[in-house]
Amino acid sequence: MQTYEEMWRNLGLNLDAHEGLLKALSGFYSSIYASQKNRPNAMKYFDFVISEVHGLRIKELQEAKAQGKKVIGTFCVFVPEELILAADGVCIGLCAGAEAGFELAEQYLPKNTCGLIKSFFGFKLARLCPYANSCDLVVGETTCDGKKKAYELFNEFQPVHVMEVPQTKSENAKSLFHSEVMRFKERLEALTGTKITAERLQKTIQIVNNKRRALNRLNELRAAPIPPISGLDSLLINQIAFYDDPVRFTNAVNELCDELEERIKNNVGVARGDTVRILMSGCPMAIPNWKIPAIVEGTEAVIVGEESCVGVRNTRNTVAEGCKDVNEMLKAITERYFQIDCATFTPNTERLNHIVEMAETLKANGVIHYAIQFCQPYTIESKRVEDMLASKGIPLLRLETDYSMQDVEALKTRIEAFKELISP
Amino acid sequence: MKIAGLDVGSRAIKLVVLQKGECILKKEVATGFDYVQEVQTLLEEIQPHKTLVTGYGRHLLAQHMGFEHVTEIKAHAKGVHSLFAEVRTILDIGGQDTKAISLNPNGRVHSFVMNDRCAAGTGRFLEAMATSLGCSIVELNALALQGSNDFSINSTCTVFAETEVISLKAQGANPADVARAIFKSIAQRAASLLNRLSINPPLCFCGGVARNKALVQELKAMLHMPVLVPEQPEFTGALGAALLASMT
Repeated sequence: MQTYEEMWRNLGLNLDAHEGLLKALSGFYSSIYASQKNRPNAMKYFDFVISEVHGLRIKELQEAKAQGKKVIGTFCVFVPEELILAADGVCIGLCAGAEAGFELAEQYLPKNTCGLIKSFFGFKLARLCPYANSCDLVVGETTCDGKKKAYELFNEFQPVHVMEVPQTKSENAKSLFHSEVMRFKERLEALTGTKITAERLQKTIQIVNNKRRALNRLNELRAAPIPPISGLDSLLINQIAFYDDPVRFTNAVNELCDELEERIKNNVGVARGDTVRILMSGCPMAIPNWKIPAIVEGTEAVIVGEESCVGVRNTRNTVAEGCKDVNEMLKAITERYFQIDCATFTPNTERLNHIVEMAETLKANGVIHYAIQFCQPYTIESKRVEDMLASKGIPLLRLETDYSMQDVEALKTRIEAFKELISP
Repeated sequence: MKIAGLDVGSRAIKLVVLQKGECILKKEVATGFDYVQEVQTLLEEIQPHKTLVTGYGRHLLAQHMGFEHVTEIKAHAKGVHSLFAEVRTILDIGGQDTKAISLNPNGRVHSFVMNDRCAAGTGRFLEAMATSLGCSIVELNALALQGSNDFSINSTCTVFAETEVISLKAQGANPADVARAIFKSIAQRAASLLNRLSINPPLCFCGGVARNKALVQELKAMLHMPVLVPEQPEFTGALGAALLASMT
């Protein structure tokens, strides 16, 4: 613990406030996670990783930096991790899911900015985030107006490279995105001094694909009639995917999946076969945003999938392997990332179809659409989701909320009533 | 065998007791801080064989007294269906929230929506508005029934709406007209919530706020459909809870 304090001080954190944050986080975590019954044994790894979220992992980052590696922070699933790894960088997701430093953030941002943006500003300004403070470069993107303009302001605190993500899926838009992938590659090479060669990139494409495959394997296992793992645990794993070492993480997920396969064979699970099954859809839930899943699973329903960036939107497509040269690989990367069905695109019909497909495959009794308050792309798109699901006879509950706990009781009423409605 | 339905709301605790399918008691007390104690006192003399609880206090009571619980949505649907079998839409306005429920022909919940975290257009809103006009809610209702349709209150936020009421007062507006504008603004909010569902007639308006005839009139005019109000509209949740308890 002593060593961490020294490290946190060197990273410029506000030690008192940071200690308060860690206490709150660990209290929140244990109240939600420890009360779960019959968790898989292999969750121990993820419990450990989350308990060391600001400790051991930060230490690893400092060690990597001491060896000359660069740490690159990202806010979005559009930023190609393969390239960061191929440039010998460490990739860390910076999205934050807690109401911290909001008063400071509101000195820069309008009050009606979404919690996700306010949170990364707040963490930075309140000097609470050892990840942001470890970064040599932060990568932003233009997936919404709020983020786009906020990065201009964030650039005052530390350098931000902004990737332009187009808003349609036309061929022109794809070539724009391809040029942005190339520009990002050059920026990374300039930063790290490491040339992204075919050999290096081929290897990192595999590493990241393997991570996605492991997470997809986990998601498929959740279709079992007796759910072998809770939604809360699955969400936690998807959250950890953004900051853990990718190879170690992939091994841990595969080990967990082996255990889940055994469970399924033996009809062992976290809930009975007749438990109400919910698919979550919408905005990402960054650590420690467990509010809605905790309420849902607190009503003894089980979440069987996350149609979200912290979920299948991050994992379902892989980059084509077997390309020969770097240019071909960059094209394959462009193709893969351009398939992401983010609400920033218009129209975004792929997403609507995919929600239906997931609900059917996972045998969900209903879908809960979650939007962070003031997130325009997802709150507005939720109407199209509602219409699409209504046409397929799939019940939907639309929720819009922020990171605070003020509306927990009201949310409980809505979620319980939804469960009463869809109970078989 | 006595069966009790309890609706522990933000402003009042409502109790309905059934015996052989007949309602033998309806009682309402204000919700205080220690509502577990209040409920214990309420039930002491009745000694029901079975109690089912709804309302925002349901979890605490379930935890402390071992009652089963359902949401207000399900309880209101059951209660209203028992009173008016033909009702397809329910509007419930309570102390701090508004619910719109659409029912299948068999009385089961088809879909529902609730107001967001803000208490605009609820019982709390009405209390604040009455206070700013210096009268009680009962008096506000009586005033509004004589008011003209000349003014509107556009703010949805309780605080801003209060400011609007004060500025109308300052302009010398007739209190009856302001009172009517207040009920109109609540009806508008309720109508926009209802219109998020596909609503079918007839509508039943329940919850404590449904006691205001001025609001019932505004709703009828705005929704162009029959609006049925139970004799004691604050008890439908508790009645539904009691009926659900007697089914299991």
